[in-house]
Amino acid sequence: MSRTHVSCNINGDDVEFLCDAGESLLDALRDEMRLMGAKEGCGTGDCGACSIIMDGRLQCSCLVFAPEADGATIVTVEGIADGDHLHPLQQCFLEGAALQCGVCTPGFLVAAKALLDRNPEPTETEVRYALAGNLCRCTGYDKIVRSVLAAADRMKEEVAG
Amino acid sequence: MRYVAPASVAEVVALLAGDPDARVFAGATDLVPQMRAGRPEPSVAIDLKRISRLTDVSLTDGTWRIGAAAPTADLTANAALAADLPGLVYAGGLIGSDQIQNRASLGGNLCNASPAADSVPSLVVNDAQAVVAGSGGERTVPVIDIPTGPGRTSLQPGEFVVEFLIDRPPPSTSDAYLRLIPRTEMDIAIVGAAARVSLDGDGNCSAAAIALAAVAPTVVLVPAAAEALIGHPADDDALAAVAAAAAEAASPIDDKRGTIAYRRQVAGVLAKRAVLEAAGRAGNGGGR
Repeated sequence: MSRTHVSCNINGDDVEFLCDAGESLLDALRDEMRLMGAKEGCGTGDCGACSIIMDGRLQCSCLVFAPEADGATIVTVEGIADGDHLHPLQQCFLEGAALQCGVCTPGFLVAAKALLDRNPEPTETEVRYALAGNLCRCTGYDKIVRSVLAAADRMKEEVAG
Repeated sequence: MRYVAPASVAEVVALLAGDPDARVFAGATDLVPQMRAGRPEPSVAIDLKRISRLTDVSLTDGTWRIGAAAPTADLTANAALAADLPGLVYAGGLIGSDQIQNRASLGGNLCNASPAADSVPSLVVNDAQAVVAGSGGERTVPVIDIPTGPGRTSLQPGEFVVEFLIDRPPPSTSDAYLRLIPRTEMDIAIVGAAARVSLDGDGNCSAAAIALAAVAPTVVLVPAAAEALIGHPADDDALAAVAAAAAEAASPIDDKRGTIAYRRQVAGVLAKRAVLEAAGRAGNGGGR
């Protein structure tokens, strides 16, 4: 079967890749683009470890057929930092010990970024609802939620400062 | 499997007519897990999201048109729609996570035909009409006539749902949807109940509809609950009659999520509470 040609923008770079029609975008990101941040936890949209932002929408890349990405603008966890300068979410996750094994972390970071992009000052309840589609089996959720709230505060200070 | 993303309804009709194993999808939030679980993959996966009619949400001449493939997040974000149809919008916002709601659609929720589909009771109480396209042209079907059993619909081979039409509710009318799950997010309804209530100037119900999810092979409309309300305020007597009628109309199964007796009782409780919530909003003028 001939492979499908996809052109899209990933983390600011215009890229092209070939994929199978039934391949998930998650597999294409990992296997074709060698972007290993997004993880496969469940493969059925339940765990959020494969979260990406596609055309401004937070999505599970395991539910996206790779050819759907043609023409799309995609942000993965690899695109969150500004060069060597970590995103405040990443910095606060480190400082707040919001991860243990790390498999869920890219998904949490991307989902949290999607939240802060549309709601820069979320309440704790809003954070918990926004991250309901991301599962962590190590830390429990408190450190993650606190780290997202801390990042929101820090970003507000950066804007104010 | 092939993947195609047509730009028009006519192209989808032609693709489906030529291949009985082709399948339309919007978010694939059911399709991908089903493929992963070993169901045969379609010969062609037809992506509906590049057809604007399938993803638009608009109000024209007093009728809401909701594209069958519009992500439910777009409904939540639409303040005018949420004012007119708060129960339906709330139901769409209960389906899965933010990630899922950026892909999942009312068309998919209906045509996947799960008895527990959260948005379907709200479509039914609002008398939503589905515009169905096929090789014979387009026809308009009440949503309640589409599901025929778990995973089964009345759609004919080659047909698919294009959009939903819902008349804007009259003044002093509102709807509500309530769902019981063992946690706050990311689960499947043990029972769901939708209500729509219109109040007259004296605070009596002038029109009502109540529908249940997850208590029968398909969504269940409960006319006896509506009849118990009409002509009365939503007081204790009327609500007790609503609860009894809803419990009576439920014919659930025992499974890991709930027993028959539990589901029957909860169907009554949720129907009652959904009526109260809808009547409360209707008493404040509804969306007008």
